[in-house]
Amino acid sequence: MRALATALLIALLAGPAFAISAVEQLDDPALESRARVIFKELRCLVCQNQSIDESNATLAKDLRLLVRERLVAGETDEAIVGYIVSRYGDFVLLEPPFKPTTYALWLGPAVILLLGAAGAAVYLRRHGSRTAPATPLTADERRRLDALIDDG
Amino acid sequence: MSAVQLRYMLPLSLFVVLAVGLGVGLTRDPSQIPSVLIDQDVPRFSLGPVEGRARGLASADLEGEVRLVNFFASWCVACRVEHPLLNRLTEDGTVPVYGINYKDEPHDARRWLDRMGDPYVRSGADHDGRVGIDWGVYGLPETFIIDRNGRIVYKHIGPIRPEDLEQTILPLIEELRG
Repeated sequence: MRALATALLIALLAGPAFAISAVEQLDDPALESRARVIFKELRCLVCQNQSIDESNATLAKDLRLLVRERLVAGETDEAIVGYIVSRYGDFVLLEPPFKPTTYALWLGPAVILLLGAAGAAVYLRRHGSRTAPATPLTADERRRLDALIDDG
Repeated sequence: MSAVQLRYMLPLSLFVVLAVGLGVGLTRDPSQIPSVLIDQDVPRFSLGPVEGRARGLASADLEGEVRLVNFFASWCVACRVEHPLLNRLTEDGTVPVYGINYKDEPHDARRWLDRMGDPYVRSGADHDGRVGIDWGVYGLPETFIIDRNGRIVYKHIGPIRPEDLEQTILPLIEELRG
């Protein structure tokens, strides 16, 4: 039982080690947590939909090393991310920045939603009332309806 | 155009614009990330030679004429595909080719060049891949066209196929030579 518990404990402790190897950590916990925040912002260009925090690609590992080195050298987060963007472009950022070339990306969905809402509003104003007042049935229609219902 | 026509034409034309835009997007290869270094000077660097070669490569070597800079490695399978083509460029004297050996074991790189042929006027060994990062390299092989002012003009991602050479790279080199 004790052996099992130990094995379980080891397995639990080993889990997170897959993501970041122990060698890769900085001693200073404040710098390390800044590094992890930066990693999560940066796209792994080899695997594209992973951040470099999650990726095992060699380039992701190299970029993590570079970020940690620059943090230790005293650079700001902005300077480090700025350097990597200057090499790989905005695509390396998992969240695209808000600037003239990305206005369509950020505002497009809202514009389309507003256009749709405006279209729907115009349509409803014109056609919405048409269904409301129903003309009452004539005596003849009423008789035919009753006959149909009785048949059923 | 009457109001009725407009009511049908407007959504239809919006749909067509959207469909065409998205359709064009689908034809593009998402693994080809356009370089942001186009029209910029080559990054400053200075690399020691590949094992067994006499001369390394530095950014100062890349000024004065139109050149190709090719990132390669012995572990890169696609590099094997394009290598004979680089050899031919050098044999024919078409354009000077410079090499950056990216993240390779020194011995492997040496053996690879000895076996496959060495088309490079000069080559540098980028052991830790930092020069590669400076150039925005994310997958080998990558080949850059450098103009005579030492500026990056074009980046080709992946192995150069004969049609890439004929249709894009050689015409661009001709144009740059003026």
